[in-house]
Amino acid sequence: MNSFPSPHLSWNVVTDVRALLEYPFMVQAFRAGLLVAVLAGVVGWFMVLRRQSFAGHTLAVVGFPGATAAVLIGVSSTYGFFAFSVGAAIFISMLPNAGGSRSAESAVVGTVQAFALAFGFLCYTWYGGFATSIGALLFGSFLGITTSQVGALVVVTLLAIGLLAAIGRPLYFATVDPDVALANGVPVQALGTTYLIVLGLTAGAVSQITGALLVFALLVAPAAAAQRISVRPHISLAWSVGLAISIVLISLTLSYYYPYPLGTFVTTIALLTYLIVRVVRR
Amino acid sequence: MIAAISLLHLISQPFLRNALIAGIAISLLAGLVGYFVVLRAQVFAADALSHAAFTGTLAALAAGVEPRFGLFAATIGVGIAIGLLGNHGRADDVVIGIAFAWVLGLGVLFISLYATGRGAGNGTASTATLFGSIFGLSSGQAQFAAGSAFVLILLLLGIARPLLFASIDEAVAAARDIPVRFLGVVFLGVVGATAAEATQAVGALLLLGLIAAPAGAALLITDRPFVGLAVSGGLATGSTVLGLLVSAQIPRVPPSFAIIAIATAAYMFTWLATTWCRRRG
Repeated sequence: MNSFPSPHLSWNVVTDVRALLEYPFMVQAFRAGLLVAVLAGVVGWFMVLRRQSFAGHTLAVVGFPGATAAVLIGVSSTYGFFAFSVGAAIFISMLPNAGGSRSAESAVVGTVQAFALAFGFLCYTWYGGFATSIGALLFGSFLGITTSQVGALVVVTLLAIGLLAAIGRPLYFATVDPDVALANGVPVQALGTTYLIVLGLTAGAVSQITGALLVFALLVAPAAAAQRISVRPHISLAWSVGLAISIVLISLTLSYYYPYPLGTFVTTIALLTYLIVRVVRR
Repeated sequence: MIAAISLLHLISQPFLRNALIAGIAISLLAGLVGYFVVLRAQVFAADALSHAAFTGTLAALAAGVEPRFGLFAATIGVGIAIGLLGNHGRADDVVIGIAFAWVLGLGVLFISLYATGRGAGNGTASTATLFGSIFGLSSGQAQFAAGSAFVLILLLLGIARPLLFASIDEAVAAARDIPVRFLGVVFLGVVGATAAEATQAVGALLLLGLIAAPAGAALLITDRPFVGLAVSGGLATGSTVLGLLVSAQIPRVPPSFAIIAIATAAYMFTWLATTWCRRRG
């Protein structure tokens, strides 16, 4: 009966990799994971530089009600993640920046997050059918990624990276020294809005692997570590992508071989990566 | 008349009575504590405590201990730890953020350990921890929640005056021999215990709404601290009572959603009303 023995890690790398790629679901997981890692590495690098990590977290959390609402009306959660995260990004960028102390602002953010999660929970209870899926939407899953999901990820990755490549140079200028950039005729405001939309796209994409609540780990940790490794933008950007890819690949491999959740591996390896870099390059 | 009778009939149901007993005490505590949290700009710390609440509960479940023990131990412990480490973490928020995500990742591990320990189909425990299950409280649990919330409210009111002073002007308060640092640590311990209480009402993921929304509204309405404190507590309690009654009448609406939705609506309404008044006046 037991024709599918549970896999074991051996020291033979060739057989290990062959075992990893034996099942189509795992191949799909690696495809999706690679796309998400590249995206997170690049977009997260700008996010850490611009100190917008809390905005990134909020955009990801807002994706959760999008995903549950999509499932409720019978659409793939992929579209829900994207629609709500990008919508929230556009909404936030339209809000006037003036007025309000920092404490009032954090009360707003906390309330918005709680309401988004509560609304997602409402949709989940109305759908009622999926007891395990809520865990996947919140904490990530690599099981059952479809070809159309990978296709959507390819489109989103190309779009986001293309946009960032087009605005990368002025965006970097506007981030490092907004006043001088503005004086030189760089459209700082428009760049900020475009970047926030790219961040929304990315939060939606990364949510599908790490879940809405754990996006932070993959967006922040590789970028923050990379910016400690090098101050030269091209080199640290490359490090950020490289670290994100290795975190995802190692996590996917471990969660194939060991019966523990993907989210635990991603967050633990991300934290370890950051701490090691911090200790080595202090 | 008919509505009043059906309301009386509803309140006589033990599940709603227990929920009201626990909910009123917990939300009053959350509103009062939240006022100081927002005033001291420590919403981020409250967010950290909600993560700790989730992981603490599931760690206790996975270990086979009473879940409330893990809940209170984790939140009070993390609260005091944040207080001792001090506020200088703000500049380096990347580290805190990654550590938060890791705490949640650990919680997910405990879910899977708990689920494999009890056999499949145990998603309810984690859902209840994340989003609350106030209608599921037994009368003993409700009385414990209400009693401990009452003690915490007394403790908070006891330190309210010096804490307010220390929150508004730390340097002058320190010069006047107020133990600013000690008060800060005690306060974060109270916030931790409040997070644990609120987890039993609206769940770990939604407690931030119960702490932030009423306090945010109160700070918009008045500059006078003790009036604001009362408004914040009143708004939180009102949202909870109304949310529980709505949810009891309309079973398709879960109580935690109703409570948070009403608190959010109250905040939004206050914001609109105060901006409108300011524009006219």
